Amino acid sequence: MLSIKNLHASIDGKRILNGINLEVGTGEVHAIMGPNGSGKSTLASVLAGRDNYEVTEGNVIYKDQDLLEMEPEIRAREGVFLAFQYPVEIPGVTNMYLLKAAINAVKKHQGQDELDAREFLKLIKEKAAMVEMKQEFLYRSVNEGFSGGEKKRNEILQMALLEPYLSILDETDSGLDIDALKIVAKGVNLIRSEQRSMVLVTHYQRLLDYIVPDYVHVLAGGKIIRSGGKELALELEEKGYGWIDELAAA
Amino acid sequence: MTTTESDLVPLLKRDYKEGFITDIDSETLPPGLDEDVIRTISAKKNEPEWMLEWRLEGYKRWLEMAPPEWAHLHHPPVDFQDISYFSAPKQKPLLDSLDEVDPKLLETYEKLGIPIDEQKMLAGVKVAVDAVFDSVSVATTFKETLLEAGVIFCPISEALQEYPELIKQYLGTVVPPSDNYYAALNSAVFSDGSFVFIPKGVRCPMELSTYFRINEMNTGQFERTLIVAEDDSYVSYLEGCTAPMRDENQLHAAVVELVAMKGAEIKYSTVQNWYPGDEDGKGGIYNFVTKRGACRGQGAKISWTQVETGSAITWKYPSVLLEGDDTVGEFYSVALTNNYQQADTGTKMVHIGKNSKSTIISKGISAGKGQNAYRGLVKILKGAENARNYSQCDSLLMGDKCGAHTFPYMEVKNPSAIVEHEATTSRIGEDQLFYCRQRGMSEEDAVSMIVNGFCKEVFKELPMEFAVEAQKLLGISLEGSVG
Ligand SMILES: Nc1ncnc2c1ncn2[C@@H]1O[C@H](COP(=O)(O)OP(=O)(O)OP(=O)(O)O)[C@@H](O)[C@H]1O
Ligand SMILES: [Mg+2]
Repeated sequence: MLSIKNLHASIDGKRILNGINLEVGTGEVHAIMGPNGSGKSTLASVLAGRDNYEVTEGNVIYKDQDLLEMEPEIRAREGVFLAFQYPVEIPGVTNMYLLKAAINAVKKHQGQDELDAREFLKLIKEKAAMVEMKQEFLYRSVNEGFSGGEKKRNEILQMALLEPYLSILDETDSGLDIDALKIVAKGVNLIRSEQRSMVLVTHYQRLLDYIVPDYVHVLAGGKIIRSGGKELALELEEKGYGWIDELAAA
Repeated sequence: MTTTESDLVPLLKRDYKEGFITDIDSETLPPGLDEDVIRTISAKKNEPEWMLEWRLEGYKRWLEMAPPEWAHLHHPPVDFQDISYFSAPKQKPLLDSLDEVDPKLLETYEKLGIPIDEQKMLAGVKVAVDAVFDSVSVATTFKETLLEAGVIFCPISEALQEYPELIKQYLGTVVPPSDNYYAALNSAVFSDGSFVFIPKGVRCPMELSTYFRINEMNTGQFERTLIVAEDDSYVSYLEGCTAPMRDENQLHAAVVELVAMKGAEIKYSTVQNWYPGDEDGKGGIYNFVTKRGACRGQGAKISWTQVETGSAITWKYPSVLLEGDDTVGEFYSVALTNNYQQADTGTKMVHIGKNSKSTIISKGISAGKGQNAYRGLVKILKGAENARNYSQCDSLLMGDKCGAHTFPYMEVKNPSAIVEHEATTSRIGEDQLFYCRQRGMSEEDAVSMIVNGFCKEVFKELPMEFAVEAQKLLGISLEGSVG
């Protein structure tokens, strides 16, 4: 699904990613953990195609295509989804409108019929019920005045609707109460399948109680310094990153 | 950042589809302005003597005045002797049926998408149209149907023949000839425009609209519109404007007067799409317009909605005099300036009656090297007990070479008044754009969607068909039927 090789990236001349290597197979769920400022969101942004980052070395192959050559909207239409750590507000644009534009952009690209208003309404109501989101949120401006947790849940709604092949969730669990966390996990598990892959960026082991990853990686200083199975997350929880630093230094 | 806002500017580029020229024989006065020109215009229209006197008085005032310099606008001085003040396609005046209209004119309006053929209009979406071409009205639809309801809708030149008393009673009572430089000029040389009269208790059975088209080179357009709504009547009126693409600047100086009597409501909507000039700021219409309405009786309401996307220069402040008690004035505006366009627009709300209320919602969008100024005055006179005003002025910037300016003025003479003003300035965020693109939207669609969202409060005030047109104009696809 995704193959990242020796990826280096910088912003405003500052080097953030220093040679990331990561293979995400089809159907796999990978968790990425790591201290603040280590480059997790940067990696997510580079994969999604944010162009204020400069890729200085390395390459990324997504479904046999050179991901870095693709415009952000093409990546999205090809099934790459990023749940943002900080979802933005768009005043005056209803959530409903954005969602419809998004799904139809994807459908059109994939050569399917676009949804008409009625079909869309039916679908979105189903999906909203799935992530237990009240319908009023569909008619409000995108993320405007949403609480932190509501914004995160809105990201999951979008993911549930778009059914991407590769979902990158950047700290979608941060700031969620336990019920919301379960809902997010439920949303993720619903679309988890043999055909879809996920990259979960998180600081907390508790998310991984609900979404059990196949692999856990630790990112520090712009590099993946350790990879393991789900036990690695437990170890980190217990010992903190200092332990990793020591390992890295050794 | 590598996607700077200036990268967005080309996204707002659009072809000016209305920029064609109609090749038609016109009778055009040589450039220049003096008393003789005014006499000639008046004679051509076979006007009563008092009308000529009124014009000459306006001319006298104009000569004594100087162009206003307070606006945040920069342009070379207009040479008023270099403009022709009258141009009309050669055809029989006062047409009774479209069969007599020059086919070239019919074609022009067809190209512009303006329905001037009653038969061809779809059932259910009837809009009566007065089509003004350069200095004259060339067709007015549904006149008879409207007359059956008692509604008068005709070119003002025709009204001067048919209903001189009504014109005499109301003309210049809201915008007197001496009001300002451009209003004085208009009073002297106005050529055509629409007259609307809604009698007591009548709800106008269809939307009325006037489409202004400038075609001839080196001519100015000076239209005059007068709308009178008697007690407890209602009318919704729309106005649209286009002009060919030319390298020279052309002058448009209109006056619009609205009179709403007790309990009457006038809703006046404008989609202004005059030729804005090219990317380098060459050509375009200079649009100096005086629009004002008077709420004369208790409970009267006047609502202005404008979407200003065209013109090289826009100077325009649709205002409301809230004379009666419990009167309501509204101003909803979207002004877009791109390339070298400049707009200085806003409103005046003058509260005279008790419990009078006004609302101002202004949305300015600046791109390229465009300059956009909001200028508004809220004046609460001593007797205006419990007056209320709410103003909101939002500016959206795209790129770093454009500008947004806000000049809100307030004069409050009654302590019971509540006047609120809010203003925001924002940039189309790279964050917002990336978010939309990550969801699969093209950059262009994302910009449109964000701009559309920004203008929503104003667009929702427009009648449906106009809202669609306005959104298209901003390069915006209509927000779907959901949401
Ligand atoms: N525009 C910028 N200019 C300079 N440095 C930047 C810029 N953007 C990000 N950085 C830096 O890049 C580093 C990595 O940031 P990133 O957001 O990827 O971290 P993160 O691992 O997601 O952290 P967190 O766990 O706090 O979300 C940080 O030190 C950050 O300050
Ligand atoms: Mg982060």
